[in-house]
Amino acid sequence: MKLSRSLILDMSAGPVFHVALLFSAFLLFRGHNAPGGGFIGGLVAGAALVLRYVAGGADEVHRTVRVAPELMLGLGLALAVLTGVAPWLVGDQFLESAKLSVDLPLLGTVKTTTALPFDIGVYFVVVGLVLAVLRTIGGEE
Amino acid sequence: MNVLVPLPVVLPLLAAALSLAAYGRTTLQRAIGLVTMTATCAASATLLTLVIRDGPMSADLGGWGPSIGIVLVADLFAVVMLAVSSAMVLAVLVYAIGSPATGDSAALFHPVYLVLAAGVSASFLTGDLFNLFVAFEVMLSASYVLMTLGGRAEQVRSGMTYVVVSLLASTLFITAVALVYAATGTVNLAELAVRMPDLPPFVRDSLGLLLLVVFGIKAAIFPLFFWLPDSYPTAPTPVTAIFAGLLTKVGVYAIIRTQMLLFQSDGPSPLLLSIAGATMLVGVLGAIAQDDIKRILSFHIVSQIGYMILGLGLFTVAGLAASIFYIVHHIIVKTTLFLVGGIVEQATGTGALRRLSGVATRMPVTAVLFLVPALSLAGLPPFSGFVAKLGLVEAGLAEHRHVIIGVSLLVSLLTLFSMTKIWGGAFWGTADEAAFVNAAPNRSGAPALMIAPTAVLVAASLAVALAAGPLYGVAESAAESLIDAGAYVRLVTGP
Repeated sequence: MKLSRSLILDMSAGPVFHVALLFSAFLLFRGHNAPGGGFIGGLVAGAALVLRYVAGGADEVHRTVRVAPELMLGLGLALAVLTGVAPWLVGDQFLESAKLSVDLPLLGTVKTTTALPFDIGVYFVVVGLVLAVLRTIGGEE
Repeated sequence: MNVLVPLPVVLPLLAAALSLAAYGRTTLQRAIGLVTMTATCAASATLLTLVIRDGPMSADLGGWGPSIGIVLVADLFAVVMLAVSSAMVLAVLVYAIGSPATGDSAALFHPVYLVLAAGVSASFLTGDLFNLFVAFEVMLSASYVLMTLGGRAEQVRSGMTYVVVSLLASTLFITAVALVYAATGTVNLAELAVRMPDLPPFVRDSLGLLLLVVFGIKAAIFPLFFWLPDSYPTAPTPVTAIFAGLLTKVGVYAIIRTQMLLFQSDGPSPLLLSIAGATMLVGVLGAIAQDDIKRILSFHIVSQIGYMILGLGLFTVAGLAASIFYIVHHIIVKTTLFLVGGIVEQATGTGALRRLSGVATRMPVTAVLFLVPALSLAGLPPFSGFVAKLGLVEAGLAEHRHVIIGVSLLVSLLTLFSMTKIWGGAFWGTADEAAFVNAAPNRSGAPALMIAPTAVLVAASLAVALAAGPLYGVAESAAESLIDAGAYVRLVTGP
């Protein structure tokens, strides 16, 4: 059964999607109480993709993100695990993190932690999972 | 050297990630799985030799101290389990790659299987009750996928029971963790061991009982075993074999770990001994009533869990050592039996005894591979099961527990009976060539990659019997370190 499409939803899905993605990136770097929130950021990005799905169906999601969900999940998980292992190279414990302060052009001094790649990994795991769910149980067949 | 401690968890997890990224490329996935599990086996074996030589190790994750962060503890019991389990994971992986029908054809098999391996390792290594919950969840969510891989209707039906029961157990578990935290203010096992004795006896006993129920569901002890014989046989053979060999034993491990560390009693525990007796008896009676190889073997898992709990229930070094030896013997033998059951099913298309006949004539190699672990399971000398059961009997007699020892001997006889039932039903008789539709044209009736890992495991169980003396020595020192909870506490919190 094909539902009739809602004009309002169709038109607003686009702008809202981008705002939501920006917000998810903000959450990724900031967390709900500093530093870093890969999981919550991923959830917001996932919700944005679900909005795309509700407005335009599985094809629309596929057009938006062309990366295979498994690849995104796998690379995200690999990034997270490697971040955990990295401290071994400098003789620290598994998952140990350090504070980091970088001077960037335009942004000035940015303080972050070495756990950031871990959060980015988690972010992609969550988004990849949402994509996999949308494709598996959201596709038409 | 405590870099080694997290490796058995990290390696499979990283490999699972890469395997996911290689989705759809089966050859690459196989290579990733084999290389990683070989490396994990090597890491576990190294850990085992280091711990035997230098004593237990611990690692504070993230460099946080034990009361804030999470610790991994590699004591002798943990690394023995780790070494055996990673070897099983590797052997079954080879078997899965070698099976034409029930193997690793689903693209999700490899990543999820590796996640399962990581979860099992993490359950053995963790020194933190909440983290044990996390490890259980990692292991269980992987097992949900593996159990229903292929998506046949009966798999989904029995997978449903499995998922619901496991989720219920997880809910109880997280509740128990919350209650423990509320009562003591910590979830670190070593700190719990210090604080538990100060609790009022009623609170302490309630928490002990609650955790026993939680892990009892996972370990399939009486009366919480009902879900197991129904769900295990429907999964693909490699999956059933690894579940049968490892998952219930992770439950037993958690029971032993928590009972010894947190709720140790001075003498034999009547509760645990009665549970052990009932589990043995009900399991074996269930097995006798079945008519399918995998179902018989599934009921035997339940029955065998009873023996492990029996050794724990005695609360003596001898009893625990026998339990640990029993677990090692059981993991190897049980996995092998399921692999052989899978080979017969693969060759004939059925596991039902009344439709099988003459397997020993058509597939003599497979018959030998069945006979050795079957006799070992029943506890006949000179196999590893005999050593394990002898240890239990001696430990029980030393405590004058004649009734439970009598029950365990009776159950051994019944085990032998149901093994002869499989032998007589499936292996003896005349071979009808038409029945062996998928059998390979050789004396084992199966591809070499299915036979080889099975044969290696049979050889391993024989080696356990041959090297019983030194291995029993290791089990005894593992038992001594379990009895002495103080050593665990000193290791984690520092002197």
